[in-house]
Amino acid sequence: MGTDLALIQAAYVVAALLFITSLAGLSKHESARDGNVLGMVGMAIALVATWWLALRGALWGNVVAIVVAMAIGAAIGIWLARRVGMTQMPELIAMLHSFVGAAAVLVGLNTFVDGGRGSDGVHLVEIFLGVFIGAVTFTGSIVAFLKLSARMSSKPLMLPNRHWLNLAALVASTALLVWFVAAASLVPLLLMLVIALAFGWHLVASIGGGDMPVVVSMLNSYSGWAAAAAGFMLGNNLLIVTGALVGSSGAYLSYIMCTAMNRSFVSVIAGGFGSDGTVSNVDVDYGEYRETSASEVAELLTHAGSVVITPGYGMAVAQAQYPVADLTAKLRERGIDVRFGIHPVAGRLPGHMNVLLAEAKVPYDIVLEMDEINDDLAGVDVVLVIGANDTVNPAANDDPTSPIAGMPVIEVWKAGEVIVFKRSMNAGYAGVQNPLFFRDNTAMLFGDAKERVEDIIKAL
Amino acid sequence: MQIGVPCESRARETRVAATPKTVSQLVGLGYDVVIESQAGLAASFDDEAYAAAGARLAPATEVWGSDIVHKVNPPDDEEIARLRSGTTLVSLMAPALQPELLERLRVAGVTAMAMDAVPRISRAQSLDVLSSMANIAGYRAVVEAAHEFGSFFTGQVTAAGKVPPAKVLVVGAGVAGLAAIGTARSLGAIVRATDARAEVAEQVESMGADFLSVQAAEAADAVSTDGYAKEMGEDYNARAAQLYAAQAPDVDIIITTALIPGRPAPRLITGEMVATMKPGSVIVDMAAANGGNVEGAVADQMVVSQNGVKIIGYTDLPARLPTQASQLYGTNLVNLMKLLTPAKDGRLVLDLGDVVQRGMTVVREGELLWPPPAVQVSAAPASAAASAPVVKEPPRPPDPRRRYVGMAIGAAVFGLVAAFAPADFLGHFTVFALAVVIGYYVIGKVHHALHTPLMSVTNAISGIIIVGALIQLGGSNPMDGGSQAVVVVLAFLATLIASINIFGGFTVTRRMLTMFRKG
Repeated sequence: MGTDLALIQAAYVVAALLFITSLAGLSKHESARDGNVLGMVGMAIALVATWWLALRGALWGNVVAIVVAMAIGAAIGIWLARRVGMTQMPELIAMLHSFVGAAAVLVGLNTFVDGGRGSDGVHLVEIFLGVFIGAVTFTGSIVAFLKLSARMSSKPLMLPNRHWLNLAALVASTALLVWFVAAASLVPLLLMLVIALAFGWHLVASIGGGDMPVVVSMLNSYSGWAAAAAGFMLGNNLLIVTGALVGSSGAYLSYIMCTAMNRSFVSVIAGGFGSDGTVSNVDVDYGEYRETSASEVAELLTHAGSVVITPGYGMAVAQAQYPVADLTAKLRERGIDVRFGIHPVAGRLPGHMNVLLAEAKVPYDIVLEMDEINDDLAGVDVVLVIGANDTVNPAANDDPTSPIAGMPVIEVWKAGEVIVFKRSMNAGYAGVQNPLFFRDNTAMLFGDAKERVEDIIKAL
Repeated sequence: MQIGVPCESRARETRVAATPKTVSQLVGLGYDVVIESQAGLAASFDDEAYAAAGARLAPATEVWGSDIVHKVNPPDDEEIARLRSGTTLVSLMAPALQPELLERLRVAGVTAMAMDAVPRISRAQSLDVLSSMANIAGYRAVVEAAHEFGSFFTGQVTAAGKVPPAKVLVVGAGVAGLAAIGTARSLGAIVRATDARAEVAEQVESMGADFLSVQAAEAADAVSTDGYAKEMGEDYNARAAQLYAAQAPDVDIIITTALIPGRPAPRLITGEMVATMKPGSVIVDMAAANGGNVEGAVADQMVVSQNGVKIIGYTDLPARLPTQASQLYGTNLVNLMKLLTPAKDGRLVLDLGDVVQRGMTVVREGELLWPPPAVQVSAAPASAAASAPVVKEPPRPPDPRRRYVGMAIGAAVFGLVAAFAPADFLGHFTVFALAVVIGYYVIGKVHHALHTPLMSVTNAISGIIIVGALIQLGGSNPMDGGSQAVVVVLAFLATLIASINIFGGFTVTRRMLTMFRKG
């Protein structure tokens, strides 16, 4: 190994360490920005080292190709990052996942075309797995992107025998792996690529919109494994370390999301709520709900000592975060204690609500997690439920037959008064009626969340 | 259609069946509202306010001739004579206690809806007058007691000495009892409460009172299926009497609210118990109208016992808060009219298929409909029966041996792979395994609010796959032949999209993180 190669290796080690410290920095608000900067520095070091490695004795044409490709990519990336709205974050994240998947497929194919034929069995397996994971990530993320941006129905796609289709795809891919290792030919690799692309598409298409936090973090994890697989086939430790970091981070987030819904990972991946066709409790008489008006809510708020707001995906859809922040500021000026209670799966992305509220300049120290707020709710005067439904459903605690039984929920009904902002009386994502709406201390405020919150601000 | 609201004729009645606010809601439902002049005066609503809200002021004859008449108290004979045949009359009626009133209404050919016969189901709560009036009565009972009581409710330490807090016993924790508990607590008293229904203990404690439970076997099923308390057996009554006898000398105020619909009120506090109370103590008997819970109570009067205990038997407690009581009663009526006016076109549609409307309609156009068929409404027993069979055995924990077998198989497979794999694969695998563990621990500490920035940073750094693409792009020569050209094109694309990730991911993360700010 020459000195320059040793230096490149050293640079990779430093970059890997910087990536780890970058992720560690994100654990706290205070150090999060430094964490991001450390990540950028690590990436810069890795890129410089790789240029050096790649351009030794390269043709001028290649240098130009690299510069052009990176310039175009950087321009697109920065443009996307600047113009994306915070409500569209889930879409952007899903799209970026698909790029990693696509890159992994391309690099995998290249490795094989560019002298991979003569390599041993283990290397062929690495290539095969890299392309497979990359392809699943690619189409899966594209479907997630289409669903999140509402270009595709967020309802789960219900093909007949879908579990068998998935199983058949896996069995066929395994058979192709055996063929590929034995023959070292491009045909089984490309056949597998087609199957894997279809598999990834179907996998995410059969998952419903409300399970998207799990799907997005699962795809995050896959994109990491795809990068790690590329590292194995290229024998590059930096890729392996980074891929493993991203892969385990995504897996951990998926795990948090699944715990928050009290569902196993397999059951989320196998399909959405109520997919077996049983929508329960439809015929139960819950009684009558009480409707209220914006001015009554305003009056209630002015006399409250403490207020908790629990937002959900509906707040993002209605773009109500700015009026909500405005309302929060107005109430806090009057000395009313306002806090937010965020359910882990609120929104379509882990931490989605936090980003939206931060965008609207809600201070992060009043935005609390479910576990932090649940014990205090009994002493709270008013809870505003804005666009959330299943995450505040008391049936999860009370009704052992409910499809969402056992799911941890924000226990808003313990508070003095609950105001639910809702478009209509339709059931939430899980297709379960919410007994909360019929409780004595609950009042419904119908209409567009943004307009209603603005009405309240006017009435204050 | 026209709704008429006449003056109340009963002595000491100060309430009125409509307020300016409810008038405007009734007008909103499409009705014409006529009000007898000065109907709201005792409740502090003047005629101008009604007129401003959209009502028409009219003499009594026109008001009584309306299609619908809203009243608080049941009509007397003279008033029944003024009703047109076919009119719908809505008021309190106590149908179980006044069969002769129902008979006269039947003869008069009117349709009568009793506001105090609303079935106790949650859907009908918004029209339940008994609840809204009981709430007011409970509040007023404490105010009356405080008025007659010679000391503070709250304990104080003053320069002139220490004042002990008053002790209040509330018997019966229904709506009135809970309102009394809340009011007495907010005045600073020590409050105790009892009720035959053991499950209200939680509600009592949530209002800040101590629940004194009567230990008896039958207490558990004291809730009848119609949602009210039912009469209790001998054993329970004997034990409850012991409890009251023990409390009477200790407490300063007793408020009794025990009332079973359509029955004489049960005698709970005997003359002997009253005799053991301290002079100056106050008893408010909220059931005095139906005979009283307290021996010696006289309806509509305050009597003083031989040992100086004041026993208040006012039956017009809600009417002593006329403005508030009229507003709540009027709102109950508005909610009823919403139910009866599905099209909001000012046309009353009576649907006797609906249990709420069926239960309230005691007479319809000459036909006696009281008593209504029994409605099984109380949620408590039904839910208990429903939830009992679903209690499942907890899932058995998985057999630990299975886990060990799984681990053994995993280790064996890994050993097999390792034995045949090249040396550098194992090296890479070591790095991979350690990185997964580090990743798990690092991510596990990330604050929940930062999950989205975390994902976008991991997006950016997974763009590191560009390393593979760059090496392939740099090392290839498109002039070398067909396969090399493919490599260049693919590597170019891979470099491009990986760059989007790197630059886009870091930029958007920075954008997000600058938004997070502390308050």
